[in-house]
Amino acid sequence: MSDSQAIAQGTHPEGSGAHVEHPPYLRHHFNSVEQQADTAGFAMWLFLLTEVMFFGGLFTAYLIYRNWYYASFVAASHQLSIVLGTCNTVVLIFSSFTMAMGVWCAETRRKKGLVVSLLLTIALGLVFLGIKTVEYREKYEKHHIPGDHYSLQSFINPASDKEASEAGDKPLALDAAQHTELYFSLYFAMTGMHALHMIIGIGILVFMVIRAQAGAYTSGHVTFVENFGLYWHFVDIVWIYLFALLYLISRHA
Amino acid sequence: MSEHKEHEHHIVSPKVYVMILLALLVGTAATVGASFVDMGPWNPVINLAIATTKATLVVLFFMHVKYGTKLTKLTVVAGIFTFLCLVAMTLADYSSRAWGQW
Repeated sequence: MSDSQAIAQGTHPEGSGAHVEHPPYLRHHFNSVEQQADTAGFAMWLFLLTEVMFFGGLFTAYLIYRNWYYASFVAASHQLSIVLGTCNTVVLIFSSFTMAMGVWCAETRRKKGLVVSLLLTIALGLVFLGIKTVEYREKYEKHHIPGDHYSLQSFINPASDKEASEAGDKPLALDAAQHTELYFSLYFAMTGMHALHMIIGIGILVFMVIRAQAGAYTSGHVTFVENFGLYWHFVDIVWIYLFALLYLISRHA
Repeated sequence: MSEHKEHEHHIVSPKVYVMILLALLVGTAATVGASFVDMGPWNPVINLAIATTKATLVVLFFMHVKYGTKLTKLTVVAGIFTFLCLVAMTLADYSSRAWGQW
């Protein structure tokens, strides 16, 4: 709705000073529940835009380095498991769906439905992190974590490496092989920051389950659930791009 | 439809959520499938196009922007526009830095 309407609606016909009946969750500096919800939603979107810029910086760095060290990035990306990546994408899409259903349950005042939706979202979030742990562990075992113990073997001698030989990789020159470490630095920075967002989100979800059981969001005041939903869906969108750019884009290059 | 619901909180029905869920799953299958087909320079284009379609569905329906206020729509569009400007300028800078130096 437009702002002029919000202000017109909120004008008290009784004159200033009269106390108008309002829901207990309407703060006094807002004219109406609508205006209060719109304000919170607007603020949430501003926060999400800062998040877009934050992840966007990482994505831009990835694009620039991928152009500079193309062969290294292609070979390194072949180390990722498409199967696990696809599983995680599906898991996260389902968790976004259960979160959306949670918002609907809150809006239609279904307390049990809300609790179940939030618990399912937590469960799917944990499944995602579990699969991510399996992937990280494989990187650890193959010494693909950047640092002193980083191993170039998969890229200098791809025949000795299961993933590299399946992808039909050719041996890289030493300098190109060294630049695969850059790919994994970005891989861990980007998926790590994404996972951190998931962990924070799961923490807030646990808090929300406790409050939801006390009936906090099913008596008309859904702003918190709704804005958390925005956060959770944003994290889903980041993963959609991570999956596309880290796992899939170099599959056929 | 959002015109006459302007003053009420619009509740998106589960039916819409299920449709979007299915569309996102189809999109995921499509993008994984497409990554195994050799389309030369078109692989990254298709890949990003599908990802952007999926992201748009999430923003419009899961995040309720389609049913949101003009302020929300303007905020989202202005933010994404600014972001794309920054990326474009950065990429233009990096790709043109060495021009004329060889």
